[in-house]
Amino acid sequence: MSYLPYAVSAWVCAVGLYGIVTSRNLIHLAVCLTVTQSSTYVLLLSVGYVQGGGPPIFKGVELGTTSVDPVVQALSLTDIVVSVTVLALVLALALDVHRQAGTVDPDEIAAMHG
Amino acid sequence: MSWIPPLLVAVPLLAAAVVVATDHVLPRRVEDLVAIAAAATTCALGIVLMLRSERGDVIHWFGGWSPRGGVAIGIDFVADPLAAALAALVGGLVLVALVYSWAYLEEAARLFDTLMLVCCGAMCGFALSGDLFNMFVWLELMGVAAYALTGFEVKDIGPLQGAVNFAIVNGIGGYFVVIGIALAYARTGALNLAQIGRALTQGGSRGLVIVAMTLVVCGFLCKAAVVPFHLWLADAYAVAPSPVCAVFAGVMTDIGLLGVARVYWTVFDGAFAADRAAVGDVLLSLGVATALLGGAMAFLQRHVKRMLAYSVICHVGIMLAGIGLLTSKGLAGAADVLLAHGLLAAGLFLTTGIVIALFRSVDELHLHGRARGRPLLAALWFGAALGLAGPPYVGLYLGHSLIDDAASATGRAWLPPLLWIAGALASASLLRAGARMFLGLGAHRDRLLAPEMKERPPARGTRLSVLAPVTALVVVLGLVVSVVPGLPQRTEAAAERFRDRAAYASFVLHGSPAAHGPRAAFALEPASLESILYGIGATMLALALAGWGLYRPELGGSRLLRPPARALKAMHSGVIGDYVMWLTVGAALVGGIWAVTLR
Repeated sequence: MSYLPYAVSAWVCAVGLYGIVTSRNLIHLAVCLTVTQSSTYVLLLSVGYVQGGGPPIFKGVELGTTSVDPVVQALSLTDIVVSVTVLALVLALALDVHRQAGTVDPDEIAAMHG
Repeated sequence: MSWIPPLLVAVPLLAAAVVVATDHVLPRRVEDLVAIAAAATTCALGIVLMLRSERGDVIHWFGGWSPRGGVAIGIDFVADPLAAALAALVGGLVLVALVYSWAYLEEAARLFDTLMLVCCGAMCGFALSGDLFNMFVWLELMGVAAYALTGFEVKDIGPLQGAVNFAIVNGIGGYFVVIGIALAYARTGALNLAQIGRALTQGGSRGLVIVAMTLVVCGFLCKAAVVPFHLWLADAYAVAPSPVCAVFAGVMTDIGLLGVARVYWTVFDGAFAADRAAVGDVLLSLGVATALLGGAMAFLQRHVKRMLAYSVICHVGIMLAGIGLLTSKGLAGAADVLLAHGLLAAGLFLTTGIVIALFRSVDELHLHGRARGRPLLAALWFGAALGLAGPPYVGLYLGHSLIDDAASATGRAWLPPLLWIAGALASASLLRAGARMFLGLGAHRDRLLAPEMKERPPARGTRLSVLAPVTALVVVLGLVVSVVPGLPQRTEAAAERFRDRAAYASFVLHGSPAAHGPRAAFALEPASLESILYGIGATMLALALAGWGLYRPELGGSRLLRPPARALKAMHSGVIGDYVMWLTVGAALVGGIWAVTLR
């Protein structure tokens, strides 16, 4: 088993978080959020991958044929659907922020603090 | 009875769909009635389920896919008394919020009803889910509805900032949960809580399990706003409409703690049975830090809703400390704090809503003396604020006293005073604000408090004849929680079952009902002398601190307080990048500590 996919996943997650922490633009920040989230797809798919396994479609296939894990694919799909909703909402809010404040810099819209 | 659990989700979600679908067909009032009826049904079903599940957990396998040979192949809802009670509270508070907003938010109420119902269904689903991945889906659904509700009044920059910070921090928390779930699945090949828990008891790959537990727990703690994952909460709750805040503060924050307790006792407890204390101590320390920081920050606010938001953080800390004791009494204490605090915090937010509607401001200093001559409002405010401190047999007292007992039983006599002091701090700030607003006492200026913020009051007049009775009902219910006969014994029995991993697993996977003792009696339990003294002490402390806060600017001594106050305020910068930094560092710290202590 290769550890590479896991390392890639951790790296992508860290890169995304770094982007969010240092971001000066809400649209850029929303993209970084999707980058962080992509790490979950890499992780889920590498968890379910089976060396030499075919796609998990069993019609017309002999019993006992090796296939990759279908559960993680369902999980990734759900994950995508859920996160697209969050992303859409953040982007909509970013648009409204621009309309109200004329900027999308999170530092400048910090109206509340302390 | 196994048909009830799915209804708790189906009824609100279907009603939400009906309200949207009939948007242009039915008159608005009919839609409101549909929404209110759905919330009432959810609440009633929750209560029925709670009473039924006291005799044994109720399980529902979707599509009839029950486990074969002890292997879960379907998805289940499991109702135990604590989860069902929480679902009932969710339904009840959403009902209250809908009735209240019916008289409060006139425009755009249609989308509002829909979002509230979606949030309600998602919270019930989260509380009842027996499947780890489904918990994540409900968490996100609840979150999405909540972000939209926070930014509901998008005419101002404040709500937008609050909603953005809320969405991003909780979004990242959600990703942490997914990564943790993926790792747990990689280790065990299961998503059912009972099944994962059973697989983990066999030991092995501790490092992986520690990472998985850290990520899942930290993800849920983001929702629960525990230090250092709490920074988003004050921004969001300060700007959301008051009835929304009542639901958020009353149940949505605390539901993250239910998630932590659930995954710990059904999943990870088996893997770390030998080093339970190491897990519990981290939760306990986070809880104490959260309680004290929340109390202190509440004291530094002048924006009343923001002050309430910090008091919510403070009480979440108290609940987490109760859970972190890892005993039935501690968990029962946390549950009773949750119930009383949920009602009282909701009541305070609803009272604030009336104040905003009447006086067009939520600033303690602006409102100085302006709300005089409103005895009912003042009574509600002071009653709820005092109830949060927990004088003997009022409000939060019962939960506090159970946590006291649990703490002294586990040899942690230092814990109760800290928790009582934290609660007194939060209560003192609310009493201070009340004294300024309703009685006109105290100094007119205080430079120690946070800077002023704009608040846009709701557009039109409100019907006090609806708002006041609803608010009063919630506050009174919250105050009498401590004297409900049999409540402590029953929550403790429920907590005992909540913690029993083996019984849960054999019930879920093999359908074997656990043997239960006789129903707990309806009796009042005499509290220990210590708790009574603590309760009196905390109340006195809250009153004294409130008085000091009122006249502090005239008394002097500000120079000493200013640097720590400035440091605390600097931490709560309002900038999302900083929040995510704290979140990442916090998760790394929790994981690091567990990596060392659980090894």
